[in-house]
Amino acid sequence: MSTQLRNSSSSPSSQQNALEIETPEGIRFSLPLASPILRFIAWTVDLLIIALLTTALGQLVKAIAIVSTDLAAALYTLSYLVVSTGYGMALEWKLRGQTVGKRLVGLRVVDADGLGLESSQVVIRNLLRTIDLLPAFYGIGGAACLVSARAQRLGDLAANTVVIRTGLGGLPDLRELEGNSYNSLAANPVVAARLRRSVSYPVSTLALDAVLRRRELEPDGRVATFAALATHFRELGRLPESVTRGVSDEALVRNAVQVLFQPDAGSQRRR
Amino acid sequence: MILNLQNFVAREKPSWTELDEALGRLEQDPDAALRLAHAQRLHYLYQRAGSSLAKLQGFPPENELRRFVEALVSRAYTQLFDRRRRGTRVRARQFLTVTWPRAFQRQLAAFWLALAVTLVGAGFGASVLSADPDSKDVIMPFSHLLGDADARVAAEESQVNHRLGNGKSTFAAQLMNNNISVSIRAVALGMTWGIGTLVLLFYNGVVLGAVAFDYISAGHWEFLFAWLLPHGAIEIPAILIAGQAGLVLGGALVGWGDNTPLRSRFRKVSGDVTTLIVAFALMLVWAGFVEAFFSQYHEPTIPYSLKIVFGALEGIALVALLWRRLPADDPQL
Repeated sequence: MSTQLRNSSSSPSSQQNALEIETPEGIRFSLPLASPILRFIAWTVDLLIIALLTTALGQLVKAIAIVSTDLAAALYTLSYLVVSTGYGMALEWKLRGQTVGKRLVGLRVVDADGLGLESSQVVIRNLLRTIDLLPAFYGIGGAACLVSARAQRLGDLAANTVVIRTGLGGLPDLRELEGNSYNSLAANPVVAARLRRSVSYPVSTLALDAVLRRRELEPDGRVATFAALATHFRELGRLPESVTRGVSDEALVRNAVQVLFQPDAGSQRRR
Repeated sequence: MILNLQNFVAREKPSWTELDEALGRLEQDPDAALRLAHAQRLHYLYQRAGSSLAKLQGFPPENELRRFVEALVSRAYTQLFDRRRRGTRVRARQFLTVTWPRAFQRQLAAFWLALAVTLVGAGFGASVLSADPDSKDVIMPFSHLLGDADARVAAEESQVNHRLGNGKSTFAAQLMNNNISVSIRAVALGMTWGIGTLVLLFYNGVVLGAVAFDYISAGHWEFLFAWLLPHGAIEIPAILIAGQAGLVLGGALVGWGDNTPLRSRFRKVSGDVTTLIVAFALMLVWAGFVEAFFSQYHEPTIPYSLKIVFGALEGIALVALLWRRLPADDPQL
């Protein structure tokens, strides 16, 4: 099994670090690493929960103080130690790398080889938080995350763990590809074949993504994206005017994507 | 070749859904036993999803479909190759008599270094106090130790009943809290290439040496041993073991004489470090109780000889446990 870092660079704004893993069976997949900002948000949520728990313990102690103030104070001191130290350990062990904060933000701690956590890893990464928190607000840990290729704080480094993002959407809705209108490209087999031969795989997948996620785009960005893609397809596929006349840029791109990814579909549909 | 996406998704979706549901069940109940037939089915679905992913390798990483299949494969991989032992119970006796001594002995060099640095610190603290008695308020951070040793001993011995009144439990809890926090810091500072751990151990030694010198030079060695030994016989080794764990981490970070990658070095020591952490936490809980409920009583309430014997027995038991001969057939030792 081997792991390496991949830095996808589709565009500077969407650049994201990922940990790429190759399994013994030769399967390769990547785990998107969590940014320090997301981790800080999760930690803030956890901190609030710890504060709530200790406040609740304080109320409980008040009740015990009726019996013995000494015992109540001792219990409070020990409970605070247990909650503040054990919260992360207990939840990351029980919830497989997640605390409440991490679950809400969509993060998970995993082994640096993509495997589940061992108890020793959970203990070490949580105890070493002591040094990561210094001098205040995760100063050392945050700095370590920023300079580390795997976005690891010192606790992660010692425990061989990484924090990844989870729950990045479900299966995309491919009905977006279908449309209801006549596909002039699919109806012209020669043009369709030329388009399939000339368009590169990265551009075709980019167009596919654009069509599937078109509703997420800002209006201006949507117009500009589809205009650029349509121009690219027109030039590369040397599309005759007969197949592009009266077809909007967005419809043209969708027609091209249908031709590229659904060779059997589209040509039968008529207005 | 460009995929016929619709056919591909239509063909694979049932197996993706089945894998997603199976993983969901396992994630909900991590300790559930996995039957062979289920494991085989899960492995088949994992391989099939892996094969789907291979077909999507040309897609950009941000592509929704690729991300979806990638997430399925990574979740399945985590479950199938999980090293977490299902349904294992904590075996206290095994831990105390085998796991802990073994980890301690494996990392003995770090313990000796922790002890040596503490002793150097103690020697330094004693010499500084001997050369300049006025430096006491700088060396000793505890206000109740700053006065004259004779006066302090007289005051302690005059409290016939108990000096803590009704606050013994609170005192014990505070001691545990403080000592465990300091020890955790000693471990964590191992990530400063061990330098922070060494500084902390040295400083601890300085305070210890200064306090010991203060009492012994005033002729109160019996009081000192009777006061310190019952809890110190466990507490001081506990802090040394915390230092040992920190130095093991620091050693892995530095990597002298070990050409393996950093990750392998940390992985190699992580089990021992965790064992040492659990061990010193248990020791400090014990020491906290002893200090609050036993050490703070002096003569005439409890004879010094009894306290010294108690502390010495604890120390001997600890040494016997940590240096005990372990089964020779264990491949790890």
